[in-house]
Amino acid sequence: MNPKRKQRLYLTVFLLMVSAGVTGLLILVSGENMNMFYPPADVVAGKIPEGQKVRAGGMVLEGSVKRSDTSLAVDFALTDHQGAVFSVAYSGILPDLFREGQGILVEGEMDALGVFQAEEVLAKHDENYMPPELLDIDMQAQPQSNKAAPSIDPRAAKGNLL
Amino acid sequence: MIPELGLFSLVLAGSLSLFAAVIGLSGTRNVLLQRSVVSMTMGQFALALLSFSALVWSFATDDFSVAYVANNSNSLMPWYYKVSATWGGHEGSFLLWILIMSGWMLALTLRGHQYPTGFFTKVLGIMALLNLGFICFSLFTSNPFIRLIPMTPADGADLNPLLQDFGLIVHPPLLYMGYVGLAVPFAFAVAGLLEGQVDSAWARWSRTWTNMAWAFLTAGITLGSWWAYYELGWGGWWFWDPVENASFMPWLAATALVHSLSVTEKRGTFKSWTLLLAITGFSFSLLGAFIVRSGVLTSVHSFAVDPERGMYILIFLALVVGGSLTLYALRAGQNSTQVAYNFLSREFFMLINNLILIVALAVVLWGTMAPIGYEAITGGRISIGTPFFNKFFVPLGLVLAIALAILPLLNWKRTKVEALRPAGISLLVAAVFAVFIWFVLDPTSVVVASAVGLGTWVVISHGVDLFKRLRKGTTLPMAYIGMTLAHLGFSVCIIGIAITATQSEESDVRMAPQDSVMLAKQQVTFLGVVDAQGPNYSAQQGVFLMEPESGGSYELRAEKRRYFAGNNVMTEAGIQAGLLADTYVSLGEPLTDGAWAIRLHYKPLVRWVWLGALLMALGGVVAIFDSRYKSLRVRERKTPAKAATKASAVQAQG
Repeated sequence: MNPKRKQRLYLTVFLLMVSAGVTGLLILVSGENMNMFYPPADVVAGKIPEGQKVRAGGMVLEGSVKRSDTSLAVDFALTDHQGAVFSVAYSGILPDLFREGQGILVEGEMDALGVFQAEEVLAKHDENYMPPELLDIDMQAQPQSNKAAPSIDPRAAKGNLL
Repeated sequence: MIPELGLFSLVLAGSLSLFAAVIGLSGTRNVLLQRSVVSMTMGQFALALLSFSALVWSFATDDFSVAYVANNSNSLMPWYYKVSATWGGHEGSFLLWILIMSGWMLALTLRGHQYPTGFFTKVLGIMALLNLGFICFSLFTSNPFIRLIPMTPADGADLNPLLQDFGLIVHPPLLYMGYVGLAVPFAFAVAGLLEGQVDSAWARWSRTWTNMAWAFLTAGITLGSWWAYYELGWGGWWFWDPVENASFMPWLAATALVHSLSVTEKRGTFKSWTLLLAITGFSFSLLGAFIVRSGVLTSVHSFAVDPERGMYILIFLALVVGGSLTLYALRAGQNSTQVAYNFLSREFFMLINNLILIVALAVVLWGTMAPIGYEAITGGRISIGTPFFNKFFVPLGLVLAIALAILPLLNWKRTKVEALRPAGISLLVAAVFAVFIWFVLDPTSVVVASAVGLGTWVVISHGVDLFKRLRKGTTLPMAYIGMTLAHLGFSVCIIGIAITATQSEESDVRMAPQDSVMLAKQQVTFLGVVDAQGPNYSAQQGVFLMEPESGGSYELRAEKRRYFAGNNVMTEAGIQAGLLADTYVSLGEPLTDGAWAIRLHYKPLVRWVWLGALLMALGGVVAIFDSRYKSLRVRERKTPAKAATKASAVQAQG
């Protein structure tokens, strides 16, 4: 084999190994760091493995929000308006558009008592925006409401500009 | 009448692009025809400007009979937000995109005399073809001039309050300058392939444009990050969300291109790779536009429900990528020249730089597309969080810093090992500093210490090199100054990221009026909430008295605003900005007994992140003023035949 071919072969083999390595790592690491989304029905059915970080979502049940008088702890319930309801515990500041009846997302873990311990609460940032994960649920609950309006949350708002 | 004029101008601009593209790419040698392409390019800019002005006019005069104006403006907004609302939504921002594309083309014609006419006409032809695609997209799927007649609303729906802000007046134009600017190196690459002339001179031409576009992209992303920091009320500056990633991917490709072009210019090698990067950079601009504008972000299904825009961009993307890569496959091999270099050489380190940047690009691409792919395949939804990106970007950034610190000591082609001795000394100094930092911050994280140490190492090694050159008394080339600035910017940036990510103090607390808490050696007292009025909103303003232990005091005000038109609530943080640290206060929600939920942040060196990035952008611009780009005229272009004889087979290939 002439030196030029040899050089090229080494380069190709090297690049193949690097790409294989990188792809492997990507799959491995993203598998460890991805959060599955569960709608209320799945949460109630106990499909969330205990102690695993996941996302869940639903509409905030009317009259369910209870703030502590001494700390930032807050409890509320999420529902799909189809009979599935589960409770969420959170401590911290709720987003600007967190309201009863609104669709929101929570990220955290299910505890042994069946209460969702949220580390993060994400709400829509505009009257028109629905978190993508909730679209399917919401469509069933209120078939006409969320169709025509453009989606505007900070992300999408920025998105319009990109 | 004015909106119709705007629409008509846009149609005319589109027709001019069509003619310019056909004539420009026909390969004609007729001087008159070649000149006509230049004239049409100028005319097209004038028309795009007219069209854009018509839309601005409709906003400024509150013409709510135009649907786009009615959806994105309101008569109560101050005039400057009315004007900036022009690019506050999809349709108008795409018109801005077209205007900027035409602007880059106009800029090209101003420097056209420097390039061989045949080559230059092709460049303009390719640009015109791309712009034709953009204009058709606007006309057929996103027409901003559609009227609401006779059902004209009395007032507009308001611009999203998040966008009623200075950052969002400036951010999109800068970002688009970068996005669309990458079309220029793309056009140079395609024209170079068509003409079969990709050599050092070609790289030199392409560099000015690439640097310019890259600098704009850098500044645009930086501004976006700064905006997210102060406007979203969470105190974060980067969220790895798909929209940010959409702009970060072309940036990574463009950064690789900037470096690879320098090798192609100086050493005449890396040619095929440079061409591939030029194509990749612009393709990622288009991919970004697809991700952001198609609706796939909301859901793969919503994209499938209303596929018009997304399908258009996807087909356009496929044509651009497919066409250019086919051309690349057919022609790139012809340009290959072989130049020998050692492992210890600038070339090899540029290769490392490029490899790291491309791996980083792959990481971002994967993290952005995996949730979309997962939903398309299984129907389930996943999100990929920050830890995924951090796991890759921390080591990649550190390795990049090591390469950067050694770089000033390296020669092209080969370097003796002994020449690296100064790097050892400066590494030692930096390591001592890193250990010192580690103990000052309590031994917390080895990663932070190494980031600070490596950042310092880069600063020292570039500083020493600068000092050596100054002592020799030679005048420093602008390109060298630019490079040094950009590399210093990188160090400033990674030091800032490492410190602010790990040393920030954050707490969410419940505070009643007159309550005090400690935040990073300052006493924060919540004085209470007062009412305030803005032009189109009313606000509750939280007043905070800050008393640092070191003495003195100052006041911070954070607002909770309610905008009249959309009834949107928005948080406006109170920030005491400083070079060494920011103190950040934002109002949560009112609780019982007059108490409020309050978010307090102390963020050391957070400004360094943006300062470093701006230094990088500045470096890119400074480098353009290097004398070798000025005295550039059509000269000593090597014929392809001559270039081929140079292709002596020795070592690694370009």
